[in-house]
Amino acid sequence: MGRAVPPLALVQQVLEGRLTAVARMITHAESGEEACHEALAEIYRHTGKAHVVGITGVPGSGKSALVTRLCKALRAGGRSVGVIAVDPSSPFSGGSILGDRIRMNELVTDPGVFIRSMATRGALGGLARASLSGVDILDAAGYDVVLIETVGVGQDEIDVVQAVHTTLVVSAPGLGDDIQAIKAGVLEIADIHVVGKCDRSDAHRTVTDLKNMLAMGHRNSQGYGWQVPLIPTSSVSGEGIPELLTAIDGHLEALTSSGELEQRRRRIAQTRLLKSAENILRDQFQRHHDRQISELTDRMMSGRTHPHAAAQTLLNQFRSERKP
Amino acid sequence: MQAPNTQPIRVMIAKVGLDGHDRGVKIVARCLRDAGMDVIYTGLHRTPEEVALAAVQEDVDILGISILSGAQMTVFPRVLELLRGQHGSDIAVVGGGVMPDEDVVELKRMGVSEVLLQDTPPQAIVESMRRLVRERGPR
Ligand code: B12
Ligand SMILES: Nc1nc2c(ncn2[C@@H]2O[C@H](COP(=O)(O)OP(=O)(O)OP(=O)(O)O)[C@@H](O)[C@H]2O)c(=O)[nH]1
Ligand SMILES: [Mg+2]
Repeated sequence: MGRAVPPLALVQQVLEGRLTAVARMITHAESGEEACHEALAEIYRHTGKAHVVGITGVPGSGKSALVTRLCKALRAGGRSVGVIAVDPSSPFSGGSILGDRIRMNELVTDPGVFIRSMATRGALGGLARASLSGVDILDAAGYDVVLIETVGVGQDEIDVVQAVHTTLVVSAPGLGDDIQAIKAGVLEIADIHVVGKCDRSDAHRTVTDLKNMLAMGHRNSQGYGWQVPLIPTSSVSGEGIPELLTAIDGHLEALTSSGELEQRRRRIAQTRLLKSAENILRDQFQRHHDRQISELTDRMMSGRTHPHAAAQTLLNQFRSERKP
Repeated sequence: MQAPNTQPIRVMIAKVGLDGHDRGVKIVARCLRDAGMDVIYTGLHRTPEEVALAAVQEDVDILGISILSGAQMTVFPRVLELLRGQHGSDIAVVGGGVMPDEDVVELKRMGVSEVLLQDTPPQAIVESMRRLVRERGPR
């Protein structure tokens, strides 16, 4: 790869699926630099072909191992796969150790699989800021299926569901309180429930617990006639993987035939819009309003204003400074 | 809080071949993370092919390979060759571990950007990484 190629000049190569161009474009997207937006806009025009699948669940539930198994099954069926694997950044240094890849090494030499690790860099909700641009890039580059592995989450603040066609929620035995620890909000977002590590002897309990919880009024059939399945899998033995793949394909089929796919596409578009707006605002604040933020914080500390009023002042200053 | 447009340095840290000495790499990974870098750790027993391809997909600034098995003179030339073949030659390759001085000289001649052996203090490792990225310039 040559030095300092402008992002726009890479777009054609991304569309042709050139590995280095795809990799570099994701780097540009992560940087959030001004120069990448024009290129990402061009790429966005070429998206919409891939089946985008989110994989979420508590830390250590086996998401990365499952992604590896799914990739192999998809490849055996002749489909190419792009993976975005998100891991948390350290809140102290901003740095990260991205370990999802450790379980995915065997896929690397297959040209039909592209894996990219991303750090959250302070973003909440289980995704990184550039995750969805990363999905666009892999989609436009022609990968048939794009998998996003979120950071391990147990709370209900999960963005992935607003950004994908199909959401897998992975549970597993042996994670302490396991099922009870998963908040209802996480269970409800599943289009497909996976109970991983079913090679373990205590897995049947997890399956039973989860079934009971789902029976206790959690949504298990969705408006468009999709019954949320619960599939036990093992990434060690491969058990349940064919069934899972069938369910993933079945879900896309149900989305398509019911017209729900259009609804989800619209929801995804809206998420993208709002996230982008949020990012633009946050950048502008950080870049131009440090001083105001610090002054208003001082006034709050000395009791001269309160959070809501200070926020109003900040936003008013912000608006009055913006040229129309 | 991160400034929005400063990209953390991306480093991949790898162990290649049968070499099971992973104390050093784990220390290195942690010290780079604590210096604000994104560190992708591949785990043990990788092949040169896996490591080179992964480094290109991850678009890392630096590929660090730790070798305490004596295999440096086969591993590094192979990785450099593979990176060139994958249009990944703007990735700086850095070595670490235990190896004789004459090998270090030869590896640098081949195109390994830096070799940092035992007892290198963490801060010196961090500084070397930053310097290599600075010297390369934007890409
Ligand atoms: C601890 C140790 C072990 C432990 C390893 C535990 C583990 N999980 O890591 C055990 C007991 C398992 C072990 C086994 C063996 N060992 Co041993 N082991 C050592 C020993 C004593 C210390 C290594 C160590 O952990 N150092 C501490 C860490 C922090 O230092 P470090 O790894 O060098 O890392 C630093 C720098 O090198 C650098 N660095 C390292 N990697 C990287 C990467 C990058 C990118 C960067 C920038 C920097 C960097 O930064 C670190 C911090 O400064 C060394 C002797 C020595 N003086 O090094 C022998 C040594 C490495 N072992 C040796 C041998 C021969 C073996 C065995 C083959 C013995 C046997 N016959 O069974 C086995 C092989 C096991 C295997 N599968 O690979 C030889 C290797 C000889 C050679 N290279 O030709 C050594 C040198 C001992 C000797 N003098 O003979 N070993
Ligand atoms: N027995 C068994 N162990 C598994 C299985 N899948 C994963 N594991 C183990 O569970 C641990 C976590 O697996 P990962 O795939 O890294 O889990 P993860 O959900 O990606 O973890 P985070 O990304 O850290 O949240 C590892 O030690 C795996 O070896 C499985 O099917 N059976
Ligand atoms: Mg993982």
